[in-house]
Amino acid sequence: MTATVTLVDYGAGNLLSVARAFRHLGAEVILADTPAAVAGAARLVLPGVGAFAACMTGLEDKGLTDAVRRFAAGGRPFLGICIGMQMMFDGSDEFGTTRGLGLLPGWVRAIPTTDGDGRRRKVPHIGWNALQPANGANRWDDPLMNGIAPGDSVYFVHSFAVEPAERADTLAECDYEGIRLLAAARRDNLAGCQFHPEKSGPVGLRILRGFLDGK
Amino acid sequence: MRNLRLIARLDIKGPNLIKGIQLEGVRVVGDPRAFAGRYYNEGADEILYMDAVASLYARDTMLDIVRRTAEEVFVPVTVGGGLRSVADVRTMLRAGADKVAVNSAATTQPELVSEIARIFGSQCMVLQIDAKRTGPGRWEAYRDCGREHTGLDAVAWARQGEALGAGEILLTSVDREGTLRGFDVELIAAVTAAVSIPVIASGGMGSFTHLHDAAVRGGADAVAVAHLVHYGKATFPALRAEALARGLPVRAA
Repeated sequence: MTATVTLVDYGAGNLLSVARAFRHLGAEVILADTPAAVAGAARLVLPGVGAFAACMTGLEDKGLTDAVRRFAAGGRPFLGICIGMQMMFDGSDEFGTTRGLGLLPGWVRAIPTTDGDGRRRKVPHIGWNALQPANGANRWDDPLMNGIAPGDSVYFVHSFAVEPAERADTLAECDYEGIRLLAAARRDNLAGCQFHPEKSGPVGLRILRGFLDGK
Repeated sequence: MRNLRLIARLDIKGPNLIKGIQLEGVRVVGDPRAFAGRYYNEGADEILYMDAVASLYARDTMLDIVRRTAEEVFVPVTVGGGLRSVADVRTMLRAGADKVAVNSAATTQPELVSEIARIFGSQCMVLQIDAKRTGPGRWEAYRDCGREHTGLDAVAWARQGEALGAGEILLTSVDREGTLRGFDVELIAAVTAAVSIPVIASGGMGSFTHLHDAAVRGGADAVAVAHLVHYGKATFPALRAEALARGLPVRAA
């Protein structure tokens, strides 16, 4: 059976990359730029790249904000990618305060540019980094991470990171020069990844496969 | 140390992957898509396409290469060479590029760097600096494939590029390019000390030791590999294995 996945089309820069990756996996991809198309999705992906506020404005301008919120509340699988994941939380400090979708509690803040010892930390965090289970655990139990081993690397590009309010919402973290950053989030039907699975080689494709296979 | 990326650099002329020496005197190597696909499968962290001709005619050929690459390569793809406007960048990103590298147009209209960063995000604006040594500890940025002076000090230009909104710097030593004599580590160290955005070292890699030097002594965040892999003198799995064995922070692909 061909899986169908709907991508929210509000002008995000990585929309077509995400579409290509899902098509490569044999999925049928629908680009949704109306509330009705979002509402009718079997599973929904919210992509995003660039600035948080610009992404929220893009979603708002297309009149899709409420449709995305309602979809998320409906129980069908939802995946936010990069800024798409950040948008799932309460808001962000990037370029002033911007409200997010508020699907999960937490706030998006700048990655500190110095570490605890006052050494400079390079921001943005660009490149491959290893996924670690949350809260010091040694495994994860989640369809998204099906076939992914702790230590597998994925591709990150970001200057801001989510600080989730509830520890239980953290699915995976990464260590970036001495700081733990939220790499993937999960609560019920809602999942998100800060990294770009569509640009993370075979590991990333496996994660997208896990999303397609999740109920 | 931060993570270190191993990038496959493919210089393109028309439909062909080429390899030059000091950005001149080119030889045809083969079909770029086939090479890019192989490097992806072998675990290259990123692909970098550089259009060596960058005429309007060549642009369509490059777009076609990028389009097809994006359908089978799922790591970041950067495209540079002859991009002169926001419209050029938009077309390249639509075709499937994740980032663009801009050199000549940025030196003549620096505001283009800021515009690209504002519209598409800093993460996709790579400032390409082709540097030639002009004296001890001094380098000048060149444009148009290393042929034209810009009068810009390469290190100062890197710093200005960061301030303008560039998200990364692709730093090529024109003197070392294609020579296999090793990176200009002094140049890399000067630029990495001057900016806090990632620096990709390019030009001159002839052995694993050169990679090690660029990362450890130069502080490079990524290295571009061309000749060594194009001619089968090294492979990405072998370079990665050696880097891991020597304690360099590459991903364990």
